[in-house]
Amino acid sequence: MQDDTETPTQPTLWLLAVRDHRDRAAFLRLFEYFAPRLKAMLMRGGLRDGSAEDVVQDVMLTVWHKAAQFDPHRAEASAWIYRIARNRRIDLARRKPPPEPDALTEPEGSEPDAAQILALGQEAALLRKALDGMSPDQARVLEQAYFEDLPHSRISEVTGLPLGTIKSRIRLGLERLRRDLNYLRQP
Amino acid sequence: MTAITHHISDDLLDAFVTGNLSHPFAVVVAAHLSLCDTCRARAEAAEMLGGALLDRIAPTSVSAGARDRLLDALDRAPLPRPPIQRSGIFPAPVMQALGGQPPKWRMLGGGIRQQILSADAEGSLRLLYIPPGRAVPEHSHGGLELTLVLQGSFSDSEGRFGRGDVETAHDEIDHQPIAGSEAPCICLAATDAPLRFRAAIPRLLQPLFRI
Repeated sequence: MQDDTETPTQPTLWLLAVRDHRDRAAFLRLFEYFAPRLKAMLMRGGLRDGSAEDVVQDVMLTVWHKAAQFDPHRAEASAWIYRIARNRRIDLARRKPPPEPDALTEPEGSEPDAAQILALGQEAALLRKALDGMSPDQARVLEQAYFEDLPHSRISEVTGLPLGTIKSRIRLGLERLRRDLNYLRQP
Repeated sequence: MTAITHHISDDLLDAFVTGNLSHPFAVVVAAHLSLCDTCRARAEAAEMLGGALLDRIAPTSVSAGARDRLLDALDRAPLPRPPIQRSGIFPAPVMQALGGQPPKWRMLGGGIRQQILSADAEGSLRLLYIPPGRAVPEHSHGGLELTLVLQGSFSDSEGRFGRGDVETAHDEIDHQPIAGSEAPCICLAATDAPLRFRAAIPRLLQPLFRI
């Protein structure tokens, strides 16, 4: 499913079907793919089985309601859903919704830019490849940073690992993301 | 408007993206991301890594009941309330911290005003209004202080900060920001510890104003 040559990924295509057509079959596929992963992530973050499932339901319900905000030029389904789950986790821990940056919206009547979506997918594939090249120890530290609570001083230690490869991969994508954001800001 | 030149550090950005930043700092980072496309792109790239890790995690099976309850809820669950929007110079995260209302300033003397948005064990978050050319009372603090300019500018030993710029000050910095002459300077400031003023009078006033 996560084949390097497949861009955009299958989950992204499902999410687009939900966004554009309120496609319930596609939503069910999204649920089958993400719910067990979200549950694993939330349990890594310290939630018990039952509450993890409750939060998974909240997150997937938010995916259904907020799908209109998904922008495939700027994110894949997994990154977008990661963010929703992270926000829900913060909301529960602090009992107040986390601050979110201003929403950016596509200018009225703009057409999707297939080349841009493809390029983002290729970037993500390179990122996955870099992750595959990490040792289990290195991957575990990264997962700790993203799935568990970690004081931010620890993260700088984490990012001292051969994460250099990953970070440079990420940075390759920045220029393009930035151009996009500029475009989205045009009145 | 001049370009943003003072950004969020990698550490703070990673902590924000992974949900490991305290509320006052998270509001400042989210407000900066609203104004700075460079850091927004950095944050979204870091979220790509979060997504890639989510793709790779070993799945844990979910009960069949959970799926059925969710499908059942799709049409019945109330729609989420629309988020609070930005207004004037205040990006959405600041309006959210203000509860959707314009600031209710309190006078601090010398024309300086503030509104405390939160103050608890995690630290404090406040809006500051400094008249043109006026100095903010000299202070040092026990930890980290992030200051985001929303209007006008200020300058101190670290440089000039205009709209969208963030100053990251560690406790060793004794800084005396002075507002630019072009307009009143309005900034959003977050600390993880109460500020300590060096002059006696502001120190006496500190408990009163909680600054």
